[in-house]
Amino acid sequence: MSTTNAAASEQYDYDIIKKFSIMAVVWAVVGMFVGVYIASELAWPFLNFDSPYFSFGRFRPVHTGAVIFGFGGSALFATSYYVVQRTCQARLFAPGLATFTFWGWQAIIVLAAASYVLGYSQGREYAEMEWPIDLLIEIVWVSYLAIYVGTLMKRKQAHIYVANWFYLGFILATALLHTFNNLAVPVNLFSMKSYSLFSGTQDAMVQWWYGHNAVGFFLTAAFLGMMYYFVPKHAGRPIYSYRLSIVHFWALSFMYMWVGTHHLHWTALPDWASTLGATFSIMLLLPSWGGMINGIMTLSGAWDKLRTDPIMRFMIVALSFYGMSTFEGPLMSLKDVNALSHYTDWTVGHVHSGALGWVAMISFGSLYHMIPRLWKTEMYSVKLINLHFWLATIGVLLYITAMWISGISQGLMWRAFDDFGNLQYSFVESVAAMHPFYAMRAFGGMFFLTGMLLMAYNVYQTIRQGVRAANVESARLATAAA
Amino acid sequence: MSFKHENIETNAGVLLVLTMMAISVGGLVEIAPLFFNKDTVEQVEGVRPYAPLESRGRDIYIREGCYLCHSQMIRPFRDEQLRYGHYSLAAESKYDHPFQWGSKRTGPDLARVGGKYSNEWHVQHLTQPKSMVPESVMPNYPWLQTTKLDVSDIGDRMRAQRITGVPYSANEAEYQRNVKQFGEAVAKTLHIPDSVKNLVAQAQEGNYDGDRTSVSEMDALVAYLQVLGTMVDFSKIKPEELVKFR
Repeated sequence: MSTTNAAASEQYDYDIIKKFSIMAVVWAVVGMFVGVYIASELAWPFLNFDSPYFSFGRFRPVHTGAVIFGFGGSALFATSYYVVQRTCQARLFAPGLATFTFWGWQAIIVLAAASYVLGYSQGREYAEMEWPIDLLIEIVWVSYLAIYVGTLMKRKQAHIYVANWFYLGFILATALLHTFNNLAVPVNLFSMKSYSLFSGTQDAMVQWWYGHNAVGFFLTAAFLGMMYYFVPKHAGRPIYSYRLSIVHFWALSFMYMWVGTHHLHWTALPDWASTLGATFSIMLLLPSWGGMINGIMTLSGAWDKLRTDPIMRFMIVALSFYGMSTFEGPLMSLKDVNALSHYTDWTVGHVHSGALGWVAMISFGSLYHMIPRLWKTEMYSVKLINLHFWLATIGVLLYITAMWISGISQGLMWRAFDDFGNLQYSFVESVAAMHPFYAMRAFGGMFFLTGMLLMAYNVYQTIRQGVRAANVESARLATAAA
Repeated sequence: MSFKHENIETNAGVLLVLTMMAISVGGLVEIAPLFFNKDTVEQVEGVRPYAPLESRGRDIYIREGCYLCHSQMIRPFRDEQLRYGHYSLAAESKYDHPFQWGSKRTGPDLARVGGKYSNEWHVQHLTQPKSMVPESVMPNYPWLQTTKLDVSDIGDRMRAQRITGVPYSANEAEYQRNVKQFGEAVAKTLHIPDSVKNLVAQAQEGNYDGDRTSVSEMDALVAYLQVLGTMVDFSKIKPEELVKFR
């Protein structure tokens, strides 16, 4: 066993993947903790503690930044470097640059979080980082693209495997979106503050073109890339349909970029733009479900694995949540539904059924598959993975149920009229009515976070046992050589 | 010659270029026309850039992340008309860099909050929201009242916005242009060389935080909140003139 594994570790550059995997787990714990904290602030406002540094408005981007870019980003760097090497049968292009992407990316997450707490924000959702951090992101991202394309060029396989198309699409789209959404004029060279180059309607358009495609490419296309490698690999079966993967890749890449305007229904954005966004949102159901079906059907003939293997269960439940939230999304993009759902907690619930149910769960499955292989060992405890699975599933369900109820209640209360044609409720009555659901949402988050803590412990023990075994092995080899 | 997907997936360069093309179309079609089509933003009387104090207030609004719970975009529905007022026009945020339409109403919309409450109400409410609205879940912002407003770089801040297209005047010619467009009283507040003087004068005159001895962050934020949605006089606009922009 030792000889083949030693050869494997020379074949691919695993060190960088190990680093990113560990940080994915760390950022998941941090980001989800902050998430539970800000959810609790809405249920129990005393938690703001009259302090600028803990107040909801400054803490919320810390949460979104740590989970999307810290956890999601690190998981994507880790898995994409793993997948591209293994499917191309080539070592990473420019390993020094890869190390730079690691330290650069971690610095970005830390600097962003610190800057929000200190009061530096661009005031654009999911793009709150101020201009110096944006420039650092740009540099790291171009390096990432160079490494990725460089590795593809080095491949020993004639074909580029489908997972890489999705990762490549994600890298390109993120570069495009990040660049245009962050065009701004700094106050001066020594000031963190800047003013967006665009204003009003045009600025709103650019921001939601970015905002929805941060979801479409960062949180979907990239994780589909993850799915296309780890689901078939873990199931030990080939992808269900090669043809479907071609069709849904091109359809998804083309259509996603149109749908951002459904965040701006009924606003001062011209109607033609938001109608176009809604139209593409409906059509997007097809490529989205194409991906879900391709993933789930890959398991055909191996369904029994769902009973015995909690990692497989994570992956399949992730795909189910993907299917559900990509059905809910087009529904909410219809103007009449959006008139009710927009500005309410329904949107928050929708985002989390995608983010927790799909993105986090497919990452958990993939990390549980990959981590023991990186450290050449087995997962420390399968029982803990199983427990994590149930805590995560219950957590998501509590979360989205709470947000469905509160979101739809808000929408209905705001538009309710009494018999005399007056508004039936004052705004603050709707706030008061949300309290139980905000508490329920916070508990849902606590379940999810508890599961995440179990994962962190399980991963820590796994790495420890892997390192210990490697040490014993090298000592044995040393004595054998002597 | 027949098309084969194989040609794409065996060539990284082709795959990269085609993917780039596929993802570029949507943004081009939806974004570019908004910069050229004159119907995107209506021409209405009254909309002006923020005075220095209001602009600094807006910076604080963004710093504290107010947009995460408050929208500034009223939709054309009967309930929103009754609750918040006339639906928002594109013109009303044309000097907003960045826009602050928001996406969530954990608290109410603020697009027309200006003039709805007194300065004293805002100061008390921002310091301790529950003292005015017992059911509120908004955090307390006691530091606004006790923190002196930093006015040292107000000139730089206005110059940066001027580069983005906000008509703050840096010289006499630009000042005269503003006099023509906005009238002399407004044009004076937009003149960058006088920015500190103007800022202090507005804080003194408005006395937003009830303390004239110094300019606090509370002064700036309340000045900003009080101007929101007040620039356009809707009694002078016929609804049918606005309809074609919807």
